Amino acid sequence: MRKSGKDNFLGFCEYVRIKHGGFNNVFDERKLKEISKERQRWETTKVPNWIERHPERKNEFSTLSGIPVKRLYTPENVKRLDYMKDLGFPGEHPFTRGLHATMYRGRLWTMRQFSGFGTAEQTNQRFKYLLKEGETGLSIAFDYPTITGYDSDNPLAMGEVGQCGVAISSLKDMEILFDGIPLHKVSTSMTINGPAAMLLAMYVSIGDKQGVLREKLDGTTQNDNLKEFFAQKLCIFPPKPSLKLSTDIIEYCARHLPSWNPISISGYHIREAGSNAVQELAFTLADGIAYVESTLERGIKVDEFAPFLSFFFASHNNFFEEIAKFRAARRLWARIMKERFNAQNPRSLWMRMHVQTSGCTLTAQQPVNNIIRVAFQSLAAVLGGTQSLHTNSFDEALALPCEDAVRVALRTQQLIAYESGVTDTIDPLGGSYYIEYLTNEMEERAMRYIDRIDAMGGVASAIEKGFFQKEIADSAYKYQKKIERKQRTLVGVNDYTVEKDWVPVELLRVHPKVEEEQVARLQKMKKERDNRKVKEALDKLHDEADKDRNLMPTIIEAVKAYVTIGEITDVLRSVFGEYRELIVV
Amino acid sequence: MTTERKIRVLIAKPGLDSHDRGAKIVARALRDAGMEVIYTGLRQTPEQIVETALQEDVDVIGLSILSGAHTTLFPKIMEFLKNKGMDTVLVFAGGIIPQEDVPALKKIGIKEIFGPGTSTSVLVKFVQENTRKKIATGC
Repeated sequence: MRKSGKDNFLGFCEYVRIKHGGFNNVFDERKLKEISKERQRWETTKVPNWIERHPERKNEFSTLSGIPVKRLYTPENVKRLDYMKDLGFPGEHPFTRGLHATMYRGRLWTMRQFSGFGTAEQTNQRFKYLLKEGETGLSIAFDYPTITGYDSDNPLAMGEVGQCGVAISSLKDMEILFDGIPLHKVSTSMTINGPAAMLLAMYVSIGDKQGVLREKLDGTTQNDNLKEFFAQKLCIFPPKPSLKLSTDIIEYCARHLPSWNPISISGYHIREAGSNAVQELAFTLADGIAYVESTLERGIKVDEFAPFLSFFFASHNNFFEEIAKFRAARRLWARIMKERFNAQNPRSLWMRMHVQTSGCTLTAQQPVNNIIRVAFQSLAAVLGGTQSLHTNSFDEALALPCEDAVRVALRTQQLIAYESGVTDTIDPLGGSYYIEYLTNEMEERAMRYIDRIDAMGGVASAIEKGFFQKEIADSAYKYQKKIERKQRTLVGVNDYTVEKDWVPVELLRVHPKVEEEQVARLQKMKKERDNRKVKEALDKLHDEADKDRNLMPTIIEAVKAYVTIGEITDVLRSVFGEYRELIVV
Repeated sequence: MTTERKIRVLIAKPGLDSHDRGAKIVARALRDAGMEVIYTGLRQTPEQIVETALQEDVDVIGLSILSGAHTTLFPKIMEFLKNKGMDTVLVFAGGIIPQEDVPALKKIGIKEIFGPGTSTSVLVKFVQENTRKKIATGC
């Protein structure tokens, strides 16, 4: 078996840093000297004269990650850029300019709106509405009981059923959710982590019923249990069995579901919890490294599973920093896979990403302004080269999105795709001094974090030490303080406020009756199913979990017998134990 | 001159919702303002929250919820507080709570509901003003 690549990687970081001293620079040394001289002249004569009459707005400018922003960027700031090593060509290493050879001139990104509320029937209707309006992929939002492994009739689910997503307790609900939606015609992303194996098993079962070949099932399970411990915090099991379950899915998909993305390694929740862009990038890639190591430990070769790993990032307000983050993420991942894990298959180096505009930037004040925020956040994602995009709806700081608001969000993507012209050439901002400088900064700063995490013994030990939790909480507090001190303007919140907000839509409310209906359906199903089969399935699951076997096949059998998510999770809780939150304020 | 004792606050996350960014920021801001703050962590039942409030002998409870379960969980918390004879504890709430729900929540004794975008200085002032009398008289 292969040794962990940690030692190699420290060497690799060093290599990347030294590399910048190479001789393949884009700019001619003589020209650079001239530019430098002229820049100094400009800075000492032209600029001070102007500033004397027109002072700058602030003494210091910086990105949201705290990277200082200069007045002007010139070739000097990217003088060590080696075009072939650092940028290359689209579809080729290191993929800075894009993952595919023609990018959006060929295929646009997938327009995938995260949706789910109330009962399976209601969400089925929303899915059909979005597909009719031009959405090109589905994305399921589950309610809290589903996400945390409780059936809708569990006392802990009271008041939560269908509130923040769709309530799914068993295959019965999932059948209703996909009624009239042929699985070979759509790809489906599921934001599910602890119970990911169960929801994937249900999707497989529906595919089987529809007669869709398993190798044709296309979609993604988020299945990123590591970030749960410090970002999304919807953990069910302790870290070790959580990582085991994530790895079970990666292994199963590598062998049986070749079109399925077993995991979406997610920075989105890290960002939403309060991190800055550098931390989001670094912690996500550190998680990625942990999943690769954990899968290698099962004796699976890197090129057998790495092509199926996918990623998920947020797109926040600082336009150029976000674009640089997406570009740096692709480059850094390609380098990590190549240098640290010795991947040979070019696809193993691909960082395919989904992006969601940042929910935490939406304001409850003057909510219509959110349309504009979402527009430039999604433009950043497109200029950053994303494969898939969710645009938030303008009413989401107030409620789950209503139909009219979600249509505007989808239209925002269509406007960028079809009207703006930004999709006609690849990586149009590549070569901008500022963008390339920021891309380098993002990569280097993220690498420094990854080195620190490695030195701590990897992601799992960093979680145990509360490292991520503290980093994120500190960043969130710092950001909040800046807004309160008006060091950052939030339009409509700390400046340009109005007395009365204009909300041009009727906000969506999930009716309390949803819970009653869902509970009644679940209890009826529990009575009518073959409960002998249920017991057998649960006994077998207990046994397999005890023996540390890959649980995917057993879970598929169980959900087909209409065993519920709560019942499966209870068995796994009894074997794996339950996670207790490490509270870091 | 008498030294006032510190205001004791419990910041609690009822229900299954895991959005704790706001709760943690509020906890920290109140602590920085000189209060003693206990944060429950996620996924607390109404019973657990009231039990902690009792054990920790707090003057204030701040409830944070973004899932929509407030209509079910808040009345339970208020009822349990009443049963334990803790009706004098100042209760406020924050998160995603629709305006139309606010009157009913105030009616059951929640003093104020704060929406997204509220400045922490507003919260600090609110807690200080609404506990001053209680802390000074020591009741």
